[in-house]
Amino acid sequence: MRIGNKASAGGGRWLLRACLRCLLRDRFRGAERSGNTTGLAQQAEDRSEATVLGGVEALEYFLQQLINGVTLGAIYGLIAIGYTMVYGIIGMINFAHGEVYMIGAFISIITFIVLGLIGVTFIPLALMVVLLSAMVFTAAYGWTVERVAYGPLRGSFRLAPLISAIGMSLFLQNYVQLVQGARVKPMQPVITGGFEFFQGGGFTVRLSYIQIIIVLLTTALMIGFTMLIQRTALGRAQRACEQDMGMAALVGVDVNRTISLTFVMGAMLAAVAGMMVTLYYGVIDFFIGFLAGVKAFTAAVLGGIGSLPGAMLGGLLIGLIEAFWSAYFSVEYKDVAVFVILVLTLIFKPTGLLGKPDIEKV
Amino acid sequence: MDVRALLKDAGLAAFVTFMLALPMIGFQTVDVSGGVGITVVTRFGDVAISVVLVFFGRLALSLLQQSNWRLPLLALSAGIALGLPLLKTQAHYPVITWLTVIASAVIAIRAAWLTFDVSGVVGRDESNRMGDAAAFVGRWFGPVFVVFALIFPFLPTTSRYVLDLGILVLTYVMLGWGLNVVVGLAGLLDLGYVAFYAVGAYSYAIIARDFGLTFWACLPLAGLFAAFFGVILGFPVLRLRGDYLAIVTLGFGEIIRIVLLNWTSFSGGPNGISGVPRPSFLGMPFHPNPPEGTTSFHQFFNIDFSAEHRIVFLYYLILVLALVTNFFTLRIRRLPIGRAWEALREDEIACRALGINPTNTKLTAFAIGAMFAGFAGAFFATRQGFISPESFSFIESAVILAIVVLGGMGSQIGVVLAAILLIGIPEFFRELAQFRMLAFGAAMVGIMIWRPRGLLAHRDPSIRLADSAGAGR
Amino acid sequence: MTRTPLLEVDHLTMRFGGLIAVNDISFTAYDREITAIIGPNGAGKTTVFNCLTGFYNAPVGRLRLTGARGEFLLERMDGFRIAQKAGVARTFQNIRLFPRMTVLENLIVAQHNKLMAASGYTVAGLFGLRSYREAEREAIDLARSWLDRLGLTAQADWEAGNLPYGSQRRLEIARAMCTKPVLLCLDEPAAGLNPRESAELRELLTEIRDRHRIGVLLIEHDMSVVMGISDHIVVLDYGRLIADGTPAEVRSDPAVIRAYLGEEETDQIPPEVARDLRQEGRA
Ligand SMILES: Nc1ncnc2c1ncn2[C@@H]1O[C@H](COP(=O)(O)OP(=O)(O)OP(=O)(O)O)[C@@H](O)[C@H]1O
Ligand SMILES: [Mg+2]
Repeated sequence: MRIGNKASAGGGRWLLRACLRCLLRDRFRGAERSGNTTGLAQQAEDRSEATVLGGVEALEYFLQQLINGVTLGAIYGLIAIGYTMVYGIIGMINFAHGEVYMIGAFISIITFIVLGLIGVTFIPLALMVVLLSAMVFTAAYGWTVERVAYGPLRGSFRLAPLISAIGMSLFLQNYVQLVQGARVKPMQPVITGGFEFFQGGGFTVRLSYIQIIIVLLTTALMIGFTMLIQRTALGRAQRACEQDMGMAALVGVDVNRTISLTFVMGAMLAAVAGMMVTLYYGVIDFFIGFLAGVKAFTAAVLGGIGSLPGAMLGGLLIGLIEAFWSAYFSVEYKDVAVFVILVLTLIFKPTGLLGKPDIEKV
Repeated sequence: MDVRALLKDAGLAAFVTFMLALPMIGFQTVDVSGGVGITVVTRFGDVAISVVLVFFGRLALSLLQQSNWRLPLLALSAGIALGLPLLKTQAHYPVITWLTVIASAVIAIRAAWLTFDVSGVVGRDESNRMGDAAAFVGRWFGPVFVVFALIFPFLPTTSRYVLDLGILVLTYVMLGWGLNVVVGLAGLLDLGYVAFYAVGAYSYAIIARDFGLTFWACLPLAGLFAAFFGVILGFPVLRLRGDYLAIVTLGFGEIIRIVLLNWTSFSGGPNGISGVPRPSFLGMPFHPNPPEGTTSFHQFFNIDFSAEHRIVFLYYLILVLALVTNFFTLRIRRLPIGRAWEALREDEIACRALGINPTNTKLTAFAIGAMFAGFAGAFFATRQGFISPESFSFIESAVILAIVVLGGMGSQIGVVLAAILLIGIPEFFRELAQFRMLAFGAAMVGIMIWRPRGLLAHRDPSIRLADSAGAGR
Repeated sequence: MTRTPLLEVDHLTMRFGGLIAVNDISFTAYDREITAIIGPNGAGKTTVFNCLTGFYNAPVGRLRLTGARGEFLLERMDGFRIAQKAGVARTFQNIRLFPRMTVLENLIVAQHNKLMAASGYTVAGLFGLRSYREAEREAIDLARSWLDRLGLTAQADWEAGNLPYGSQRRLEIARAMCTKPVLLCLDEPAAGLNPRESAELRELLTEIRDRHRIGVLLIEHDMSVVMGISDHIVVLDYGRLIADGTPAEVRSDPAVIRAYLGEEETDQIPPEVARDLRQEGRA
């Protein structure tokens, strides 16, 4: 930011230039790596080289993008649920949710390393511990964010929660940068290997174990989660608060607790997404929450904000769109593609694919 | 007083702090020295200190509800806040020390507030008092500020560095005032304001470079282009609800940045555009050896060349631009369109029922806000002589928004104070630069909770029956 | 006196999902008359207003307004144009003032379109042209006459949100009147008023009808107001029109009695109480 505003005080123009170049190079590296961790840029690039070399393996190439897109979509979907649930219940965009996901990723990587240091090498056990630790600790963040930044603002003026959320998001991002450092955090691959199909002809379709785990885990979580919302008292309380918070309170629903738990659940799912991203890409940094957050939000809107299956569907679509766009059009503009989809959805179908129509009562 | 409840409450807060701090503060990821990958080092001491700090802080805050605890707590916390910086701990644990100091200061202020406030209740009264303060500041400090700003370059204390800083602050003041039209008056949360700043900067750079137009010819064009972009973006999205609008504008800001980054033939890509023409004073450049046929500023006035002339000129340039923005805003607030903006902010449905076209009204706010950003962008480009997409990231939008929000939405003087506070002061504490955005974020949350309308939120009616009784204005 | 039709509602229907909130309703409101729309809670009264003022787009039905400003088919117009061009002004069941603007500003904003044109779409206004200053003075005079009429002159520079409830209701009516409408739609203006205020309201409404000579559509539960001042009453129940006539006719209509009494028998809660409860829930 504000590049070179002091440079002119110091000396000649060359100094300014030099500083700028330095800053830029640094910055740009940052941009590249965050693109790498949140998107499919690198993979798509590798693959597209392969296609060009290999020639005509169009179908294989397509299949590979499909696999990648679904994996990515599962991750976006998990984050999107957090947006959709919070929106459903208190009607606000939890702008800081992307940061919560980023914190989930950090907690995962830290837990992995700690486990490695104390000698836990049995991978399934390690995975379980990491999953649990990420969910529990990230949940604490989700809970605190709500208690500190949103709870006191219920009934405040319209923009207040949103601004508070933006503040929270800035805070968390810089907090993580401060306590964990600004550099990328790489991790050794934990789960390697996978299936390979359609070998020969120069292009191989890979379905890695980690991709399978991501999709299976997401599916399982989704099913469990839907049951939770539909069958349990908590889910009932949640739906009651969605309909009419005042009335729910009157009939004895603990509204504050329900809202807190909604944030906690959203944070847990985001933590799972964070863990998956850590495993999948092997690098994270404090900046990954921003783009992932916006994309997951787009997914939630596309699917119909407030609708859980919608969030999953939206996530899937956004993952696929991003994968295919990167593969067939341009990697540089993949984020633009997502933003454009967001705008188009909001303009032409603000209720999303599965959302309920929302006529404002006058 | 229920001691157990108090302890339980403080204990819960401490426990949550423990949960938050353990993974993120307790373990730090560091690069393996000399190798690849990362490992962790522990900082359990910091975790413990945080937990203890939160426990006692929370306890103190609860105890403040009891009047007989206020004075002792006030003395204690003030003692800590003032005494701790003197101790040696600062050298070893700077973060923890300062956190303790800040926390104690907050408690001390709160205690003092409660102790010396006879009514003991905060609420309407308090906000009225702050509002009066804001009105007072606005009425009396406004002119003082202007006079001060006018003589600022010639004050003996103003070094070139300070003058540069003044330019920077004024740029943000102008941006803040521009965004204030959109957020403060019209109530449209625009998270992509920096996009218009970028449009202004790039249009100036490109027009001046490719068509050789002067700064003064380009300035209106830059504003127009930015306003045009505002309309293009605004038209489809302004009917969206407030929070959707926020996200869409954020997306738009990012799109502009990504396009500038990748459309190399047009914008120079990540390398940006360098050699942006510098402004001239009535066609006279600030240059020691002006090109053939032109008279340089120093030659015309027959003074020695000094690089500082240009800085002073730039300073007055941005001062004038900012003041124009201010007067324009103040004036338009009293016109029907300005009132319609505020009415829209208050209740869009009621506006529709009164026959106000919401889309057009919002669009004008958006376009005018964008126009000012465009002007500021042109100024930025000519001042830096170099622009690149990196100057126009989301963080920039967030900073401008923070200025508007903290100062008080709709409050012109608040924006000035917030810009000085957020932009000027941190420059003097460079070693704290890493905490700057952290503090911004925390301040945004805090202000929303404590004074959602901003520190100096005060709304002057755009018209008064009392004043208009005689000759209408 | 001959009655001129002002608003003709034809086969108006509005659905929300499976719920038919307004079911094939036709009635006529006449110029310079007060037409009351009554009916138990949830009968669809507010929905009729919302269709009329363009907040909802009714899929079926015709809304023809023939006023001093010409003839308009309201169902085809955008919400704000209905107020701007056709001259339909309304108030809301839950008061919708601009709470942080002053009382006077509320009334000036209502004259937005006139002032906007006078300010040369802002350009002339920026330069403080005389024509604009004059238009603004006229606007203030109109606002002032309403403030005087309602006894709110002393509070003119208060924030509207700080007014007592009853004054807010009256201010909302004045604000609607400041748009110089041909048809004024009032959604439960007497809700929450005490008997004295409600008597004042009756006086105000008859005055609007007789002195300002416009049509008034009135949704109201307070029967003393409805029966006292309306010229013509339309009764809705479960979205259907069940009666349409003079107060005397409606009062003795068996269908109306059944609708009202029947509800009270089945629903142990009286409608006023139910409404209060619901409003609390919303707040
Ligand atoms: N936007 C909406 N979405 C869904 N249902 C709605 C909507 N608006 C109104 N309804 C339903 O339509 C029915 C009629 O509502 P309406 O508000 O018109 O009743 P009303 O006659 O004004 O009642 P009241 O006297 O309580 O104000 C109600 O059942 C209500 O729940
Ligand atoms: Mg109603």
